[in-house]
Amino acid sequence: MNLTRRGLVASGLTLAAANRLIPLRAARAEGDTVTIAYHVGLPAWDPTVGPSAVNPTIQSIYQSVFDQYIGQNPDLSFTGGLLEKWGWNDAGTGIWMDVRQGAVWHDGSPVTPDDVVWSLTRAGDPKGGNPIQFVWGNLSNFKVEGHRVTADAKQYDPALFKWMAFLTGYVLPKAYFEKVGPEGFEKKPIGSGPYMVDAFERNAFLRLKANPHYWGGEPAIETVVFKFVTDASARVAEIESGSSDVTLEIPYEEYDRLKKKSGLKGVTTPVSDIGMIFITNVDPVMLDANVRHAMVKSVDKKLLVDKLLRGYGVPIDTLEAPEYEAYDPSIKTPYDPKGAAKLMAASGYSKDKPAKFTIQTTRGFKPKDYEMIQAIVGMWRHVGIDASIEVYEIAKHFELRAAHKLAPAAFYNWGNAIGDPTTSTGFAMFSHSPHSAWHSDDVDALINPLWGERDEAKRIAGWKAVDRYVADHALVLPLLQYVQQIVHKAGLNVVPHISGALQPQRFTRA
Amino acid sequence: MFLRRILFRLLQAIPTLAGVAVLVFVLVRVVPGDPVAMMIPPGADDAVVLRLHALYGLDKPVWNQFTIWAGQALTGNFGVSITTRQNVTGLIFSRLPATLELVFLAATIAVAVGGALAVMGTRFSGRGGEVAVDAVTGFVLSVPDFLWGLGFIVLFGVLLPVLPISGRSDPTRALGLATDFTLTESFLRLRWGITADVLAHMAMPAVALALPLAAMIARVLKASLAEQMGQDYALLSRVKGFSRWHVILAEALRNAAIPTVSLTGVQLTFLVGGTVLIEKIFSYPGIGSLAIDAVINRDLPLIQGLILTFAAIFILINLALDLSYAALDPRLRHG
Repeated sequence: MNLTRRGLVASGLTLAAANRLIPLRAARAEGDTVTIAYHVGLPAWDPTVGPSAVNPTIQSIYQSVFDQYIGQNPDLSFTGGLLEKWGWNDAGTGIWMDVRQGAVWHDGSPVTPDDVVWSLTRAGDPKGGNPIQFVWGNLSNFKVEGHRVTADAKQYDPALFKWMAFLTGYVLPKAYFEKVGPEGFEKKPIGSGPYMVDAFERNAFLRLKANPHYWGGEPAIETVVFKFVTDASARVAEIESGSSDVTLEIPYEEYDRLKKKSGLKGVTTPVSDIGMIFITNVDPVMLDANVRHAMVKSVDKKLLVDKLLRGYGVPIDTLEAPEYEAYDPSIKTPYDPKGAAKLMAASGYSKDKPAKFTIQTTRGFKPKDYEMIQAIVGMWRHVGIDASIEVYEIAKHFELRAAHKLAPAAFYNWGNAIGDPTTSTGFAMFSHSPHSAWHSDDVDALINPLWGERDEAKRIAGWKAVDRYVADHALVLPLLQYVQQIVHKAGLNVVPHISGALQPQRFTRA
Repeated sequence: MFLRRILFRLLQAIPTLAGVAVLVFVLVRVVPGDPVAMMIPPGADDAVVLRLHALYGLDKPVWNQFTIWAGQALTGNFGVSITTRQNVTGLIFSRLPATLELVFLAATIAVAVGGALAVMGTRFSGRGGEVAVDAVTGFVLSVPDFLWGLGFIVLFGVLLPVLPISGRSDPTRALGLATDFTLTESFLRLRWGITADVLAHMAMPAVALALPLAAMIARVLKASLAEQMGQDYALLSRVKGFSRWHVILAEALRNAAIPTVSLTGVQLTFLVGGTVLIEKIFSYPGIGSLAIDAVINRDLPLIQGLILTFAAIFILINLALDLSYAALDPRLRHG
């Protein structure tokens, strides 16, 4: 084909003419808009399958568009979602759920008990790709009577309803999904949540419109834009220039600077995310209780929080943060460097003849993670521990942890948005969990009876006992609970959520 | 002859791409990081881990995985992305236009700015103008593109908030375009508002990408022009009374362009590679930012598809480069 200048001009004019004939879909969005400079992109829309379903950082977006079976208040307490009431039968062999009446999907069709049954059945299908299938697969033989759904359970699971407010615990529209299929759903997702998807450009932005028929009331902000700004300095620039109204996950120093600026405000909350050091019992040095206790006693957690995190953290002594159900404030592992040095000496170690091992850490995955480990290694050096730092990527950490091949010490951050001890101490310390690093029969013996314990008070007391045992034997080194910082324009009220989810449905105009 | 050469070069690309495919397939499986380990939920046991491996076909031997993948790839199907659950081919083609437009704009800016600086430096050779051009190009070359990007964000995004910091278009605007070539389509359809908006979003990343290349072009072209200006034909033109501007622009520039085109072609491949970091900084939705996400998430099918795409782009750039030599130098055209 010969492209001539005349031909190019003619093509341009033809396209221009066609442009006049094609009705413009473009229209400037109007009304009240809040733009969030968000730190991660949204890879996929189905909140129940694939890696995105278990990615805590994108639950904010899912919770804006979809409803969970059970909701969660900002303080982590549970509240009605698409289920109004729920519970186990007296024998503990099955569950009942009352589906909310009056809830509608974004296409206007009503949310029905069939949607709940279909969503749970799909989630429990081993071939369905739900990463939490092992929880949902516990349920079978669903029956619908009016607005009540009942199901049989293979075993009693005290955390089952909490999972309904957690990862993959979303109700999807049966009829719509079956009509459009998984690919159609990815292109045009609908839920029953407070916001409806208006436009989505992968890795660029997501534009949401308030759902006027939301059962919980129409959100105060009409249009919400999630701009996916993955670079922290660009997020700072976004909020500072006024291009965005809200942002999060920025350096502590920038937060302190921005919150003082005219027209901006800052809000913080401790979140359900803790920093910890796994201790792996694969290296003989870690089998020495004196060394483990010295590792714990010689770390000044308050200093780490004050100096490195600029106060944005809460020192912790167990894997339970203060907002979690099994938190026991009486369990303490105080900072005692002299005591640590004595323990090391008792095992034949000193500054001149230190115990040597490797500590693994990410660098930049969490704020100041590498710096924190550097500081800890420095503290350990004073008591006779010479740890060499190995930096790895988070993918490598997961791989090594699942294979029980982590270094003797490994830094990690552990999230637990439902605050249940099974999803913190339980899976971090139970040797049959791919997430645990310390594998021992004594801990397993304490944990095993708690999985199916029906007496809630006894169950929580049991987990507290596990936490005490773990602390008494220094089987893990809990460091701190992270504090989330959100910067927003002064004309906006932002309610933080302890789960860390930034929920625009809770925004109001000041 | 010309078509045969193109065909021959395209046939040569097949073993290159095949080699890249094998290398990438093996490498992404050798480097640490199991994509399934990234998605193991709390409470999962070994059976769940095995089931997830089987679900994504990662339980099979590497050679078996390769034959399955290669068989599909021959039909244009590069599999399904693990994280986005989208078809890899569709995903890449939906993002490629953004990167191509960015690279094209950056290259255009680089050639225009670099060419202008070279001509200015030659015209004012031995005077203050040449010194200024040398100083500017030296400074620009010493700063990497991502630092220019960060500097522009502070200057034009925050201190003088005149340009948007992130994205490819205003997210509150509904575009209503038929293709993902937003800049091109909006321009051709006379949707000037969208064109201006997209250009405003592309300005900082494109200039950040373009500056180092512009400086490089300026230096090489200036040196070539200086050489040409000393040739007999240039001196003869001057003796005939043609102005210095005329000799540079009408006679020396074309002859001086060949080494510059060669350099620009090589640098273009770096420009495409440079989009990865620049797209990340400006949250620009092209294949560069897609590549970063794919690597972080160990999305093996997507990584493979993206690297093959980058390889194909490099091959096409080199092909275009060869053809441009022929266009510029009649001796090459006629053997």
